[in-house]
Amino acid sequence: MKNYSVVGKKYFLMLSLCASLVVNAQAEETIKVGVLHSLSGTMAISETTLKDTMLMLIEEQNKKGGLLGKKLEAVVVDPASNWPLFAEKARELLTKDKVSAIFGCWTSVSRKSVLPVIEELNGILFYPVQYEGEESSKNVFYTGAAPNQQAIPAVDYLMNDLKVKRWVLAGTDYVYPRTTNKILEAYLKAKGVAKKDIMINYTPFGHSDWQSIVAEVKKFGSAGKKTAVVSTINGDANVPFYKELGNQGVSAENIPVVAFSVGEEELSGVDTKPLVGHLAAWNYFMSIDTTKNAAFIKQWHDYIKNPKRVTNDPMEAHYLGFNMWVKAVEKAGTTDAEAVQKAMIGIDYPNLTGGIAKMLPNHHISKPVLIGEIQDDGQFMTVWQTNKVVDGDAWSDFLPDSKPIIADWTAPIQCGNYNTKTKKCSGQNY
Amino acid sequence: MLQCVSYVLLGLSLLFISQAEASDSAASLQASLALLKQSSMTARKQAITQLGEGHQPRSLVILHALLVGQLFILKSTDTMVLAEAQAEQAFTVYAAESNKDLGKFLAAELSKINLTNALRSQVRQLIAELEINAEQPATRLAAVKKCAESVDDHLLSIIKARLPIETDAQVKQAIQQVLLLQDMTQGAKSERIAAMKVLKNQDSLAVVNQLKTFVEKDSEGQFLETDADIRHVAEAALTTITQRMHWYAGIETVFFGLSLGAVLVLSAIGLAITFGVMGVINMAHGELMMLGAYTTYVLQQLLPNHVGLSLLLAIPAAFLLSAVVGMLIERGIIRFLYGRPLETLLATFGVSLLLQQLVRTLFSPLNKSVATPQWLSGSWQVNDFLSLTWNRFYIFVFCLVVFVALMQLLKRTRLGLEVRAVAQNRTMAKAMGIPTAQVDALTFGLGSGIAGVAGVALSQITNVGPNLGQAYIVDSFMVVVFGGVGNLLGTLVAGFSLGIANKFLEPFAGAVLAKILLLIFIILFIQKHPRGLFPQKGRAADS
Repeated sequence: MKNYSVVGKKYFLMLSLCASLVVNAQAEETIKVGVLHSLSGTMAISETTLKDTMLMLIEEQNKKGGLLGKKLEAVVVDPASNWPLFAEKARELLTKDKVSAIFGCWTSVSRKSVLPVIEELNGILFYPVQYEGEESSKNVFYTGAAPNQQAIPAVDYLMNDLKVKRWVLAGTDYVYPRTTNKILEAYLKAKGVAKKDIMINYTPFGHSDWQSIVAEVKKFGSAGKKTAVVSTINGDANVPFYKELGNQGVSAENIPVVAFSVGEEELSGVDTKPLVGHLAAWNYFMSIDTTKNAAFIKQWHDYIKNPKRVTNDPMEAHYLGFNMWVKAVEKAGTTDAEAVQKAMIGIDYPNLTGGIAKMLPNHHISKPVLIGEIQDDGQFMTVWQTNKVVDGDAWSDFLPDSKPIIADWTAPIQCGNYNTKTKKCSGQNY
Repeated sequence: MLQCVSYVLLGLSLLFISQAEASDSAASLQASLALLKQSSMTARKQAITQLGEGHQPRSLVILHALLVGQLFILKSTDTMVLAEAQAEQAFTVYAAESNKDLGKFLAAELSKINLTNALRSQVRQLIAELEINAEQPATRLAAVKKCAESVDDHLLSIIKARLPIETDAQVKQAIQQVLLLQDMTQGAKSERIAAMKVLKNQDSLAVVNQLKTFVEKDSEGQFLETDADIRHVAEAALTTITQRMHWYAGIETVFFGLSLGAVLVLSAIGLAITFGVMGVINMAHGELMMLGAYTTYVLQQLLPNHVGLSLLLAIPAAFLLSAVVGMLIERGIIRFLYGRPLETLLATFGVSLLLQQLVRTLFSPLNKSVATPQWLSGSWQVNDFLSLTWNRFYIFVFCLVVFVALMQLLKRTRLGLEVRAVAQNRTMAKAMGIPTAQVDALTFGLGSGIAGVAGVALSQITNVGPNLGQAYIVDSFMVVVFGGVGNLLGTLVAGFSLGIANKFLEPFAGAVLAKILLLIFIILFIQKHPRGLFPQKGRAADS
């Protein structure tokens, strides 16, 4: 088997050598890039923008002369916010279209659905959204924030700068908020916060009647100690939540809400009046004033032909992921998945907000952490930021089970789930 | 006597200071405005403090403008201006120092002075401090209450100075409460006990929190308050206040339940007509509500400066639009499918998908923001323990109005009579000369129109987007079936009781489990009483 594949590779190399000789004759040969984002269904709101971002980045790269002398070609598929369909579409991209890399997914459940396929077929997936961690796959590069790059610094800010003593952890009822809150609860307890000073609340997707929960938060926050809400509430439910806060007279000055899923895109369809002053933690804000960011925003407006469209954090994550992949392919000299995976580690690329993003051995990247206050124009004003980039940590140090576990895809460990105590590598749990 | 003298002295010295400052007040105003222009937050903080120190009428205006985001830098002249939004992107601009009208400018020519939370609360505090001597009693009351939140020696002296010259009873009471609270913590033992005895009759959170600290233990199990007498009085006072708090919490929960119920009733009542009276399973009912919500959005876009008016206009407009769409659905699809519920269900489900996609194409898949008029935001603060939000309150009233109007329509008009006749016995009604086809169309239009009206109400509390309808369709069916098919009063009772039950369960079970428990209850209830709470009786119901 092994020999056969070596022979196969040589054969392939010779063929590609021949191909490159006649490259002028065969102008149509391209490198295919898969774009796996929902263009319909509930997640279309967020994911359509990322599809457009990818098309813009690919077009830009082609203008620069493509990659390895070939043009890039985007293969866009629509998994329709349907989690099992994500797996099917990923399989289609890898086997039928033979894409070199896939950029896609938004919700954690869609990523978990794609994982077994991408590992079986040894593909490459770039995942651009902040997520709950506790995962590191050989075939996935996580360009969004891990909990230590978003949730933990946000809590630190509230604790140290705003002197918050009581905590409400409010979230939508699914895997990302539950895992994040588990980590945060452990972290807060480690910092000496008593159990009675932490309130945890979950609501269903699209929850719209927030009266009693806000009343409860208000009561919880009126005990004379500074209180803050750490919100992992996702999607639509945020708007009625903030509205109810405003109506019941809870202002950002009394009880600030720091959100991990509310960005520029989500704020663009919202009456921002009741939100002003509330916080969000991200690794990118559109309002950050750097020349790179200004150029990126201009490029986006030119491409989408609408100067009112906003840029956001996951877009920057795709921007970084795509450019890192380009660099890695150039370094490896091939789009072969195995070679590119090896070449990816250590690749760096400048962030739009300053600092250098570097791909770490655990397949996460280093990013700055920013905390901003929502302004009435739907933009964020940065009130706090880390003075250097923070390395993404796949396995949280604050959960007892995952504390001894590390991910390292370089020799000699070569494992995404390695227990430093037992010196054992457990496989992936999907 | 001594106090009196000191007040006179204080007053004199204030007078003296203000005269001395009059000359260089313009300069200090200018200096603080220049400082405010800098983008660093520490400079702005300093500027705000300066505005408070060089206290003059103009600085109060500037502080208010700063708080509501109306203070800008005019880019062309690099001066500070106050700007009021006129139409979209256009502002009327006044000079910050002199209030001189500078004409109209575009948004791009101005750059706003932003505040952070910390600065915002600093400004609020400062305004309260400056407004303790304002002319309007309501302003003074708000100022005293704001100061009471974080009282320090400086504020205390200002408040104390106000008490002898205060004329308004409410403000006086508020000031006395602040002083009593101060006595309760820092006075002599007899003063503290006396203060507690008075304060226990007041509904104030500050009092509760303070009392709680008297009975708290530290980490070693020792009482923080060493005096046992004070502890006992504090405990007794806490019990009385807590009793009242529970009472208010009960009222609040009932209100929450009624308002959730009102939303349920509003969304279900149209369905109670189409499904209950006509027997048509209309899966597109939710989308008819969505159309109503989008009507509100469109009207607001047409009348951007009249948020309240556009909302009121949206009620008849949404009724008409949804009614027309409803009648088209009835005439175009449903009338061919009468007596075939399964086909009707599938066909109307198809219609619902069509309407959703139509809205996605016309308005984009993103949610639209519908503004809330001033009189619908905020809450009615009864006291510290009880506040009722206006939007929910109005929706509750609106729901009752719609219900009563509908009942009158069905009971007192010819259309109502015909609708009831057709619902009871179609063949007989036809034999008596009632144009049943026409009545069917009108009834369906009526039910759909009310769905549209419900959509207007929903636009004020939830997201206006293509998926709005789906979120409410299941609840609507649930309410109608629970209340008893064909019975409008049953829908009303069912909606309110489900709402209240949900709100009483939520604090114990959480939002997710509360909903599950209710659904299980309804499943069990329907098993026992398949015709709902108020089943229809008589021959018509049996057929």
